[in-house]
Amino acid sequence: MRDVAQLRSTTLPVPAVEEIHAAPRGAEILVRGLIKNGVDTVFGLPGGAVLHIYDAIWRFRDEITHYLVRHEQGAVHAAEGYARATGKVGVALVTSGPGATNAVTGIADAYMDSIPLVVITGQVPTAVIGTDAFQEVDTFGITLPIVKHSYLVKDVRDLAWVIDEAFEIASSGKPGPVVIDIPKDVSGLTCEKGNERRNELIFAEPEQYVDRTKIAKVVDKLLVAKQPVFYVGGGIVTSDASDELMKVAQTLQVPVTPTLMGLGGFPTAHSLSLGMLGMHGTYTANTAIQQCDLLFAIGVRFDDRVTGKLATFAPNAEIIHIDIDSSNIGKNKQPHLSVVADAKAALVAMSANLAERIEAEIGASHESRLAWWRKIDEWKASVPLVCEQSETEIKPQSLIETLHRVTNGEAIIVTDVGQHQMWAAQFYACKDARQFITSGGLGTMGFGLPAAMGAQLGRPDKQVIAIVGDGGFQMTNQEIITAVQYGIPLKVVIMNNGYLGMVRQWQEMFYDRAYSEVDLSVSPDFVKLAEAYGAQGLRASNPADLMEVLEKGLSHPGVTIFDIVVSKEENVFPIIPAGLGSENMILKQANGK
Amino acid sequence: MANRHTLTITVADEAGELSRIVGLFSARGYGIETISVGKTLESQWSRATIVTSGDERTIEQIVKQCGRLARVREVKLITSEPHIEREMALIDVSAKAGAERQEIMNLVAIFRAKVVDISHEKMILEMSGTREKVDTFIEMLKPLEVNDVTRSGSVAISRLSPFERIAEVAVSAKA
Repeated sequence: MRDVAQLRSTTLPVPAVEEIHAAPRGAEILVRGLIKNGVDTVFGLPGGAVLHIYDAIWRFRDEITHYLVRHEQGAVHAAEGYARATGKVGVALVTSGPGATNAVTGIADAYMDSIPLVVITGQVPTAVIGTDAFQEVDTFGITLPIVKHSYLVKDVRDLAWVIDEAFEIASSGKPGPVVIDIPKDVSGLTCEKGNERRNELIFAEPEQYVDRTKIAKVVDKLLVAKQPVFYVGGGIVTSDASDELMKVAQTLQVPVTPTLMGLGGFPTAHSLSLGMLGMHGTYTANTAIQQCDLLFAIGVRFDDRVTGKLATFAPNAEIIHIDIDSSNIGKNKQPHLSVVADAKAALVAMSANLAERIEAEIGASHESRLAWWRKIDEWKASVPLVCEQSETEIKPQSLIETLHRVTNGEAIIVTDVGQHQMWAAQFYACKDARQFITSGGLGTMGFGLPAAMGAQLGRPDKQVIAIVGDGGFQMTNQEIITAVQYGIPLKVVIMNNGYLGMVRQWQEMFYDRAYSEVDLSVSPDFVKLAEAYGAQGLRASNPADLMEVLEKGLSHPGVTIFDIVVSKEENVFPIIPAGLGSENMILKQANGK
Repeated sequence: MANRHTLTITVADEAGELSRIVGLFSARGYGIETISVGKTLESQWSRATIVTSGDERTIEQIVKQCGRLARVREVKLITSEPHIEREMALIDVSAKAGAERQEIMNLVAIFRAKVVDISHEKMILEMSGTREKVDTFIEMLKPLEVNDVTRSGSVAISRLSPFERIAEVAVSAKA
């Protein structure tokens, strides 16, 4: 086996770039462009069409660290994890054809959750584009509906401005993935002087502008509302508005419920928090939504997993919607008042407006809501989330709670998709924005492990834990070796119930327990698998051992894979069946099972 | 209620930008009745005129979704303001010398169409006007032998000057 560290430190007699070419090649322009835009971390996998680029990656290896993944999907998810954990733009580099198509799932995932990415794909040389050349695929066309913007760079002179603009587009306004498709000859050609950008960018999204008259109206309405709720989402995290949200919520003493994407944007354990809302949200949050007279929605898009049946979502409420993306306003639910604005800018304006109000007005407003708070506190006390416990088997809910205890609630949690994701959302109380990283919109199984790797690289100061199911784990577990290779202290907790659990739950509840193709009881030995990869593998199946196993694995300096065997047929509750309203919320297991 | 609407979209004249717009329509399930594109006064900007139909909310979404694209400068729901909208058709119709050809010439005169090609067997007519007028002209030709029709789809332009448009927006914002 080749030792990578050794490989990296080997000093080959490489002539300086300037000595080979008077003018830089496209590949060097690209890598210099990445460095100029603050990139020091790239995830990728080389191939024929990106050989020139990898040559430049090698030459600039002191300034940019490239992490060699084992599958391109892993590269994009890792870049996403990095971006989600840091707020910076994540970068992935893949080759043409299958390299690009393997990246598609990650690009779509970033698009759905508005994650800033620049994905560089190789392309066959311009002369053979359209001839069904080896490893040719229409990357521009395939990715068209899942990018914020994309480029096929046919002229090396356009490369420099394209890179700058790609970073600007990816990170500004509502962020999103940008694809740069670079034919092989373009990265190989030299370029004396680059072109100027041809068209200025016109953003539909406001950056900092806020309509203050409208904000005053919003505050007016909030002050007189008897039963208001704040419904907050990923926009709070993206715009780094947690502090401003806290300030406004506290000044007004209004309850706050975050979406899955908004978790951590408002601390879950705070007295104003109702916990998450939606399909698997708390009874309190969903009931408050149903009964509120004013719904203040900010940085959210009224996603179907949040609203259920739209007609019965906040049926009695006046709706205020603030979002940076005007197309989100009125897309699913027509608000009575809307402001197109960045969440942070809007909340700052609200704070400023509140500061001008007299104390008596705010005091009266608090008092008029005392009855509302009595109701809410009653719901919280009477129908809390139930953390199932057992002496004989590890309950998935208690696994999450134990993890929370072992990590003091300080870890960055990266989930995959399914039951474990919902339990993690319910029982790992987050304090900070960017502490809960999950594939929300696309619901991509296989996201968790590589995304956690990227998050750990972005936040070396924090413990990062991937919580995954035994199904999703097997979709991208090849990246364990990437973490081992680079000494990334990744911790992966497999919540192993031997099923594709969420599908099994729906089959149990809505398809007469016909367990069609969800049985994963034939799986590899995850401990041995971890060991085969050179990682630590630990198993717990007895509740008595859980704490000790978690503590042992989490303190290991390297990669640890936990195979935590949990009860097989546990269901996520509460659940609002798809397409129904919160009046149809099922709180616990039906009798007779 | 689904109504027909005309949008004009000013978009950078760059490779792939038109497919981005068309792709957005299909991805979001909006229909395109007609689309036509050409350069504007500034050569780096093109304008597409798209005729689509949908209820008020769908149209609003279409306008907003198109407006999000990085290379789109302006999306205008032109049917909501004073505008001129025209369509052109080229019509291949059989016409031998005699009464048949005379009848076509009458219709051409009435509709102010043009004969742009003629042979012993047939004529090619050019007709431009509102969609309804073009429809009617083709309908009137149908008793004769119409062999083929190619239509351009609508092109539209606002009758307001940019200044008037700002004034109008201000008025509607107050209302």
